[in-house]
Amino acid sequence: MSEDTNLPKPERIPFFQRMLDNPFLLLFIGVAMPTVFYTLWGVMEVATIPIAK
Amino acid sequence: MAQFRVCPDSGFYFDRSAESLMKVNAVAGVVSLLIAGILALGVILTRWQDVHLLPADLFYQVLTAHGINALIFWVIFFEIAVLYFASSTLLRSRLAAPGWAWAGFALMVIGAVMNNVAVMQGNSSVMMTSYVPMQAAPHFYLGLILFAVGALIGCFVFLGTLVLAKDDKTYDGSLPLVVFGALTATIIAIFTIASGAIILVPTFLWSVGYINHIDAEMYRIIWWALGHSSQQINVAAHVSIWYLITGILFGARPMSEKVSRFAFLLYIFFLQLASAHHILVDPGVSSEWKIFNTSYAMYLAVLASMIHGLTVPGAMEVAQRSKGYTKGLFEWLRKAPWGNPVFSGFFFALVIFGFIGGITGVVMGTEQINLIIHNTIYVPAHFHATVAVGTTLTFMALTYLLIPVLFRRALFMPWMAKLQPYVFSLGMTIMILFLLGAGTLGVSRRHWDMDFTGAMLSFDYPGTAYMMVAVGGIGGVLGVVGGAMFLIVTVGSLLFGKKLEPSAGLFQGFCGLPLADSVYNVEQPPRLERAEPVEHHHDGFEAPGTFVLALALLVCFVVYYAINWDYLSSVWPIG
Amino acid sequence: MSSFQPPADRIWWQVPVGKQEIIWAGIALVWCLIMFFMMPYWHVYGKQNLSTEAYQTNAEKYGAAVEAFVEEYQTGVDEQSGMPIVTPPAGSDIYMLGRLWQWYPILNLEKGKSYRLHLSSLDWQHGFSLQPVNINLQVVPGYEMVINVAPDQAGEFTVICNEFCGIGHHTMLGKIHVKEN
Repeated sequence: MSEDTNLPKPERIPFFQRMLDNPFLLLFIGVAMPTVFYTLWGVMEVATIPIAK
Repeated sequence: MAQFRVCPDSGFYFDRSAESLMKVNAVAGVVSLLIAGILALGVILTRWQDVHLLPADLFYQVLTAHGINALIFWVIFFEIAVLYFASSTLLRSRLAAPGWAWAGFALMVIGAVMNNVAVMQGNSSVMMTSYVPMQAAPHFYLGLILFAVGALIGCFVFLGTLVLAKDDKTYDGSLPLVVFGALTATIIAIFTIASGAIILVPTFLWSVGYINHIDAEMYRIIWWALGHSSQQINVAAHVSIWYLITGILFGARPMSEKVSRFAFLLYIFFLQLASAHHILVDPGVSSEWKIFNTSYAMYLAVLASMIHGLTVPGAMEVAQRSKGYTKGLFEWLRKAPWGNPVFSGFFFALVIFGFIGGITGVVMGTEQINLIIHNTIYVPAHFHATVAVGTTLTFMALTYLLIPVLFRRALFMPWMAKLQPYVFSLGMTIMILFLLGAGTLGVSRRHWDMDFTGAMLSFDYPGTAYMMVAVGGIGGVLGVVGGAMFLIVTVGSLLFGKKLEPSAGLFQGFCGLPLADSVYNVEQPPRLERAEPVEHHHDGFEAPGTFVLALALLVCFVVYYAINWDYLSSVWPIG
Repeated sequence: MSSFQPPADRIWWQVPVGKQEIIWAGIALVWCLIMFFMMPYWHVYGKQNLSTEAYQTNAEKYGAAVEAFVEEYQTGVDEQSGMPIVTPPAGSDIYMLGRLWQWYPILNLEKGKSYRLHLSSLDWQHGFSLQPVNINLQVVPGYEMVINVAPDQAGEFTVICNEFCGIGHHTMLGKIHVKEN
């Protein structure tokens, strides 16, 4: 036990590195971004085109 | 029973089931390329007006099959092989759920065959885009859906293998850069395939009569989330392979792990927004949506590509300089192994992708400039620079690397392999440049007859347009010759190449069977250690030659961009 | 060979980045921003910006609107094709439709005048490609787009279809004549 406490504390891994090391977080981002900005926004644009008189 | 073999030449560890799956997927990809290549000849020899080979119906049929086989089946089959290589071989891990991987492969093959049969039967000549309300036979869509489901399973097997490797602690630290790039490709693939399902499943139901209307504009928006993103999978995949090839050939290490990974992160965030490139002259979509999406937010994915454009050759330059090729700006490049098709294929792919494919892509994806380019033959010229050279030639280069390593065969007719990247690049570059020119003159894509035979009205293209398409045709034929050389070397190697392993029999070469049991003699490969530490010194320019090349790219980019705005400003004012 | 090995440093995010990459990324970012702002800039100062005015419609409704337009302003018949030639007043709403396989009707316009051009398709998707000017628009059934055009050249212009629309696709042509005023 005492040996453990004497070891130097491992340096904290920075936020960006933790994010880049997390495949499933990246998967979420990579699917959510285009779904929201491209697909959903685009579909809304088309759905709100007014009807011709 | 031991699960792994080690390749004595490369030191890569192959998992038995992953190895078979890589082989079958790569072979299925090459078969698709063979079909696409033969059909390419029909397309180019018909567009070339002096030859005008095929009748209209056959031309559109051939063009549909060429597009789907080249842009979907060839690249995605090969990419699945790359994903298994990156996750299992590079990480020294067992492949997760090989049974599922085989099921996925079976679905992909059934889907690809079904779709090709539908097109061959003649009532599904709807182009790769299959825009509604033009209708194809139901099994045209069903084939694509099955193929997509199979590919999706492949993506999950890749992710599962990442988890498995982490749990088994087969490597130390973060994922290697190449695997991280493959992860980027997988993420893009999952979005792509999900979009495909959202639009193709209702379209299939419409083709069998369960749904009576598919909105044409909705279809366009969602279909392009499939159609364009599928090509972004290629970008992420081939950039990763560039890092792999420079690592293997030169022992190059990334100039900065942080910069290269951050560039991939920008791809994950922004690359797929570019599906909007196809919707820029559509009715009713707001300029805000167009500008935001067509520019990948603020061209942040272009920024990523420009960064890779520096760091890929830069890593190679640093490695070469450390070996003593330090004379002047470019000795490192002059003394590169130009006779090795793995290198020449990679390097031509990099240059043509960046200088031609990248620049034309950004220019024509500019909201307003798209008005003078949309649906002209400029568009296929652009994506032949990105996919048919950038991606395809990279995959060809990797194949030359994998034939000895994965299939344990020596290259058949190595002199032909040596020449192949030169012939293919030259032919394709001629074709691309001249078709870009023809597109600027207004020549239409997907068009059987520049003479408009049988039309009630008439129109004459300028003579230059005919000349440009004809020269493009000559280049295209040369490109097909280059493609055939690749196929001769590849198929020849598998059938007749010298066996590097006594057990590498005929069928073990290409039918997906692993090598004989005796070759698998490693229970568990040693853990993949972190790279050797190096001193980080950042006082000067480590890769000045690459920096000059990057500046040359920028100058071409700026000049060409300005020329196109100038051209746009000369057409009729519209608003 | 570390491109396919894990990074050498456990905390690679904090390894300082070389000067060369920083400079290049900076230059590239500036260029990317210039390209981004070119698009809104052109909306303000450029003369070629596609209108986003559009309406949901259908073949019957749009076909009837085009027929009414032809009836009102028809001034002749084209001998070659038998298609009506329509001469609308400057500044008015003008109509063209795409169908298998023609652009209908033939329009007579005046140079330097602005028109509101309505475009839609009665059947499949078509590509409105004005030659040799080289303006290209996607024409989608069910949607009527309205764009302002102001021809600044006189002469005969041809509309080609550049979206694949079946076996007669290559015969699908239309005409716009622009007269000097």
